[in-house]
Amino acid sequence: MAATLRVPTVLRPAMGGASVVTVEGATIGDVLGQLTVKYPAIKGQLLNDDGTLHRFLNVYINDDDVRYLGGVDAPVVSEDEITLLPAVAGGAA
Amino acid sequence: MLTLPNEQRDTMVATCIRALPEEGCGLLLGVSSGPDAVVSEIVPSVNIAHSAKLYEIDSRVLLKVFRRADAEGLEVLGVFHSHTHSEAYPSPTDIGQAPDPAWHYLLVSLRDVPTVLNSYKIVAGEVSQEVLVSC
Repeated sequence: MAATLRVPTVLRPAMGGASVVTVEGATIGDVLGQLTVKYPAIKGQLLNDDGTLHRFLNVYINDDDVRYLGGVDAPVVSEDEITLLPAVAGGAA
Repeated sequence: MLTLPNEQRDTMVATCIRALPEEGCGLLLGVSSGPDAVVSEIVPSVNIAHSAKLYEIDSRVLLKVFRRADAEGLEVLGVFHSHTHSEAYPSPTDIGQAPDPAWHYLLVSLRDVPTVLNSYKIVAGEVSQEVLVSC
């Protein structure tokens, strides 16, 4: 299943500068796991050691946040557009 | 240097005041040239942390803003948020979670009257205040 994945600017240096890459995988977990194998420099920025999504990463399939689609088990089908964006958070605490 | 027109400044401060007692937050859209940038629009977000000491931008707002930026030839320049009872300086949480070294981080302190606004760069955990220009 070939889908496209849009890379946030903050990850591009570690992924050869690409803004869009073609990815394969039946689920978001598969896709992100394969990206980590291909680009070892991003290891730890996409998935936690237990395979769950990193707290500070937002992952979307088309218009939907995958946290509402099953997380790493969210299915990916051909021609889906996957977008990665850093979570934006902080505060006085 | 970050240029923040008065209209955008007023929108940002109003967003933060409306969010009280929680922290207010949102994104900065505009154009940049090297280290300098001009804000053309403030995009408020619900603070999904719903906290007086933490903020998090709604992920749906984030996606919409990045798509708009791409479609309209703009850039997501950074983020603003308020500190309700502390100074306009990045906290350890702000520094640790700063998502992008290219971004501008606008802090709004509502502790004092008048409201204090400061802008910072946060690169690899190092904070530097930048010049904030009104127009």
